[in-house]
Amino acid sequence: MDNQSSPNGTKRDFLKYALSGGILAWLAAIFYPILAYLNPPKVTGAQVTSVKVGKIGDFENDSGTIFRFGNQPGILIKTKDGEFKAFSATCTHLDCTVQYRQDMGLIWCACHNGRYDLSGRNIAGPPPRPLEAYNVIIKNDEILVTKS
Amino acid sequence: MNRLYQWFDERVSLSAFIEFIKHKEVPKHRHSVWYYFGGVTLFLFIVQVFSGILLLFYYRPGADTAFESIKFLMTKVQFGWLIRSIHSWSANLMILAAFIHMFSVYLTKAYRKPREITWITGMLLFFMALAFGFSGYLLPWNELAFFATKVGTDIAGSVPLIGKPLLVLLRGGDNVTGATLSRFFGFHVALFPAIFTVLLGIHLFLVQIQGMSTPLNPKEDKKYDSMPFFPNFVLRDLLLWLIVLNILAVLAVFFPWELGVKADLFASAPAGISPEWYFLFMFQVLKMLPSHVWFIEGEVLGIVLFGIAGALWTVVPFLDKKSSRGQQSRFFTYVGIFAIIFIIVFTIVGWLAS
Ligand code: FES
Repeated sequence: MDNQSSPNGTKRDFLKYALSGGILAWLAAIFYPILAYLNPPKVTGAQVTSVKVGKIGDFENDSGTIFRFGNQPGILIKTKDGEFKAFSATCTHLDCTVQYRQDMGLIWCACHNGRYDLSGRNIAGPPPRPLEAYNVIIKNDEILVTKS
Repeated sequence: MNRLYQWFDERVSLSAFIEFIKHKEVPKHRHSVWYYFGGVTLFLFIVQVFSGILLLFYYRPGADTAFESIKFLMTKVQFGWLIRSIHSWSANLMILAAFIHMFSVYLTKAYRKPREITWITGMLLFFMALAFGFSGYLLPWNELAFFATKVGTDIAGSVPLIGKPLLVLLRGGDNVTGATLSRFFGFHVALFPAIFTVLLGIHLFLVQIQGMSTPLNPKEDKKYDSMPFFPNFVLRDLLLWLIVLNILAVLAVFFPWELGVKADLFASAPAGISPEWYFLFMFQVLKMLPSHVWFIEGEVLGIVLFGIAGALWTVVPFLDKKSSRGQQSRFFTYVGIFAIIFIIVFTIVGWLAS
């Protein structure tokens, strides 16, 4: 009996590994498709890198406007001196959409009172990073916002 | 009648069940009032199931239809406003009752051996209730809910390691869109109810077979007076349910739930974005943390700490060895009182801030 136990043992070990390996593979075969299914496909629309926002005359001095940049909101600001600036409107804190505040002369996020100056720098409140800045190009009266 | 009874009795042994009910007793002591809060939570859950099913008859998920269907429900459907108002109010009262139930169980150390599993299933039910609240909040697709969901899922996204995949899983993409709404709808009306029902079944089953816990009494083995479960306790329970139903009706009728403004993906966040009151204390603490503590982002630190606290709270029966041995465990009482004060203080601070 005793001298047979070692070959038997390896046989048993082999069975154990084969069986647990089989069970693992079986579980993977069930859960992998489910997890993959839950992960939504990347929307492969052409990456938007520039967008026409409007004519110079459409915007008043000292105002801010939210525009669509692909599927993200952007904010176009016309300063008191008539200079145009554009940023991503997504607050770097927790994703709210920011707005221009005339009374403060700042970009403000209502969610947690985050503030950015007019170059997009986070100057007060919880936002950890500046807003992503876009380029503003003016071509014959048309305002074009681009992302590099 | 008798024949019918016998027919069933032969097959499913009704008499054993009736014997069980006959002998079930509920202890009577000065902390007995807390026994009722589990029942109240259960009752409000039942209200949720029924009012939720009714809402499903008119609700149409989807970014273009959700808000409109609720508006239709509230303005055109007879008593539609009432059903929705009841669902919203009852959800809030249910969470409140669950809070009270949880803390009373905690402070009376009713989680101690042999009721560890009851406590853990209870905690899981509590987390599920919060998840119900969070997912349901988005369904009307209004502005406040839209931004609250953005913020909430973004916070989930800063959980270390699994944050990003979790965020995509919740949002159904990188942003909160109609895809998020579809998912939350699925969670709220299918996935969560399924899990909740199983957990609730285990929880209630354990409560029945183990009976009510009595407060720790290490000094002497004092026997408590008791009252029969049926009919005495059941009638009291029912009376209380009736009272709760009346409170609910008054709230729902006189303070109907608002619908607000439809969510617009390309509009600035309005002032006054805040989560539901039961998330407010966490939210307020996260808000008050500096953006960086040492080299860790404040948010991340806060989330990790809350996560650890929640996990420890859930396994408290295994940490509090003393009470399982039948001894007083002061330390855990202080922890519980601290938690209550912490939650109340930061809820008030958060409420004043918004
Ligand atoms: S999301 Fe903008 S300050 Fe928090």
